[in-house]
Amino acid sequence: MAKLNLDRDKVDVCRELASALVHPVQKYIDLHSTVSIERSVLRLMGLTGALKDENGNYPLANLIVDKMDRRQLSLGIATWIGAAKLKYDAPLEVLATRIIQGKINLADLPEPPPEAIRKVLLSPVSEAIKRIDFNRKERERLRSRSPFPRGPMKYVIVATGNIHEDVKQAIAAAQNGADVIAVIRSTAQSLLDYVPHGATTEGYGGTYATQENFKIMRSALNDLSQKMNRYIRLCNYSSGLCMPEIAVMGAQESLDFLLNDAMYGILFRDINMKRTFVDQFFSRVVTARAGIVIQTGEDNYLTTADAFNNHHQVLASHFINEQFAKNAGMREEQIGLGHAFEMDPAIEDSFLFEVAMAELVRDIFSRHPIKYMPPTLHKEGDIFFSHVLDALFNLAGCMTNQAIQLLGMPTEAIHNPFLMDRFSSIKSANYIFKAASSLGEEIQFNANGKLARRARTVLDQTHEYLLKIKDMGLMESIERGFFAEMPRPKDGGRGLDGVFQKARRYYNPFLEKLGSSR
Amino acid sequence: MGFFHKKEEANLEHHEPVITAYGDQMNDGMVQMSFTLPTTCGLESKEAAKLFVEKMGFEKVMVTHMEAISDNFTFFVVYGKTNQHIDIREIKVVRPEHPVFSFDEINEVIEKKIGRKLVVVGACIGSDAHTVGIDAIFNMKGFRHDWGFERYPWLSAYNLRAQVAVEDLVQKVVALNADAVLISRVVTQRDEHIIELKKFLDLLKNTSGVSPHLIKICGGPRISFEDAISWGYDAGFGPGTKPSEVASFIVHEFLKRAGKN
Repeated sequence: MAKLNLDRDKVDVCRELASALVHPVQKYIDLHSTVSIERSVLRLMGLTGALKDENGNYPLANLIVDKMDRRQLSLGIATWIGAAKLKYDAPLEVLATRIIQGKINLADLPEPPPEAIRKVLLSPVSEAIKRIDFNRKERERLRSRSPFPRGPMKYVIVATGNIHEDVKQAIAAAQNGADVIAVIRSTAQSLLDYVPHGATTEGYGGTYATQENFKIMRSALNDLSQKMNRYIRLCNYSSGLCMPEIAVMGAQESLDFLLNDAMYGILFRDINMKRTFVDQFFSRVVTARAGIVIQTGEDNYLTTADAFNNHHQVLASHFINEQFAKNAGMREEQIGLGHAFEMDPAIEDSFLFEVAMAELVRDIFSRHPIKYMPPTLHKEGDIFFSHVLDALFNLAGCMTNQAIQLLGMPTEAIHNPFLMDRFSSIKSANYIFKAASSLGEEIQFNANGKLARRARTVLDQTHEYLLKIKDMGLMESIERGFFAEMPRPKDGGRGLDGVFQKARRYYNPFLEKLGSSR
Repeated sequence: MGFFHKKEEANLEHHEPVITAYGDQMNDGMVQMSFTLPTTCGLESKEAAKLFVEKMGFEKVMVTHMEAISDNFTFFVVYGKTNQHIDIREIKVVRPEHPVFSFDEINEVIEKKIGRKLVVVGACIGSDAHTVGIDAIFNMKGFRHDWGFERYPWLSAYNLRAQVAVEDLVQKVVALNADAVLISRVVTQRDEHIIELKKFLDLLKNTSGVSPHLIKICGGPRISFEDAISWGYDAGFGPGTKPSEVASFIVHEFLKRAGKN
């Protein structure tokens, strides 16, 4: 497979550097938890309901965690649910209602001995894990009955704001040949510190990620998969302030893919870095067990800065994201590193350089389901030219054997895709993937040609870049704007107040049961 | 590439003033269209597409392509001939009145005529997370080989980037004693951008300490110069705008207000 004759030692050194970079951050992660992780523990145990008030629905999990003081919370929410269960012997839903109504005051309960907590939570915890395992096996069964897509999987986005309308568009896309449906989220959902509840029909620039919406889309796609005898994968976004909760929802509602990046929220959403690092770990522990493939967001480095000059940042972030994911127990087959076709089309040989990058990522991360993102930055409204750009993007993806191809839209930069935009896009990809099906297997690159040299240069730059960051430390290098030219202070951004240090007797049954053997 | 040649006025020396769409012969009025109808694919739907386009006033309608998108939707490519004509002499467009200066010219004018750095603050307001527009104008690297504001020695450029609350932006404008403020809105669903843009101006009016000479500019893919003026901004810039175009506007407007033009 490897075609670029890269310096394998250098690749290994890059991995070691990333591992060294991540190590101190992982130490920080291991000592901390967040309100979002504690809410996820409640959700895992089945507390997915919400309470309606004048501002809409607010999740029960939030209401309970909001009630706790930090000293109590530092022992983990599970400790106190265990205490309440021991005293009142009632199901979680009932306890939750009483806690919220003030009939049970968790602060008044004595801290039970650890063995007693483990014992009383044994059944809800194993039920929770069983549910996730069942979903994983069920998806494996459905996928095994369906032919594996030849060429990159065709991934399209639906984003009407209304889940029922999304279903119609998803069905049309799948009938046209799409393999993956991603329901893009409503603008700025990532900045909400709670997950909206129920089926939603209004959103801005996308549809809210709610557990009910996940369920509606999953069920529609399962019906369709059966009818077409071809399994359709479902994707959503485990990012932002509720990253762990959405990972749990994805596991419970049997999603196949989740966008999940160790640094995206910090750089592009101004979410506090400590919050993000701690949250990404637990979310990945859950997705690892759930057999969900994550997709990282390195394409964003190319849309906010110059693509040609920033490929090494993408690759450096790949090594870092990979390391964080492995620390959480993810297999390489679950780590869908992302990159993009975003070079200025005015550059001579831009296609050659794009292929060099795509091949480089493929060569280094050969077992990873690489996700390839389409051109967006150099599109403005000439839908005909956009369509041609996408065609070259599709050819690059196909000939370099990318795993997941997010199909570009001719109307990018104009509006959320219309039905016919997606149709034209899928039709074009169907043609190109078929026409160039075996092309990649036949191609060899000139050992010292322009393409191979470009790939080597990017690897060299990545190596130097990782060296420089390693001396500084990952958090410090983010503070100094080393990633995406976006300086983010350690204690700045949103969500830091939701991070707390774990007490010595902190208990999170899922971390204990699902956490890696690291 | 899709450049917007918005600085060029129609030059009437080269063509007739009354025009219609051009296919391959003058005045043939040929227009290409594509659309979706929510119906199953079949002869009836083809006829429906033809009638639909005829109802829009087109003649000699040709449905050149029909294809099922799904069970309930059909895609069409259609050509039609229009009889509508436009007299270019009657068109009035609102546009910036000044010439566009180069990077060096702008810095020179600020240095010689103003003698201090101009303070410019930019942000994407509300929930909008798309910094592509504001970054194109502010980032050092700029856009299409045109340096961004951060590279101008005679501009103090502050890019607050995405999801900035209008309240925070107003505060920042006061704190920095800004000469100009740039607001970018990329997400325009349900006209949310207009609400946010107007909200900013209202808040500005009700805040003390704002320079009465503050130059207010907005931009984004769905924003025209004319719209911006109608909302109460001093200028609006659409897609493809280069940093030097915006900087030129700021400098001209500043000098005009200072009476130094």
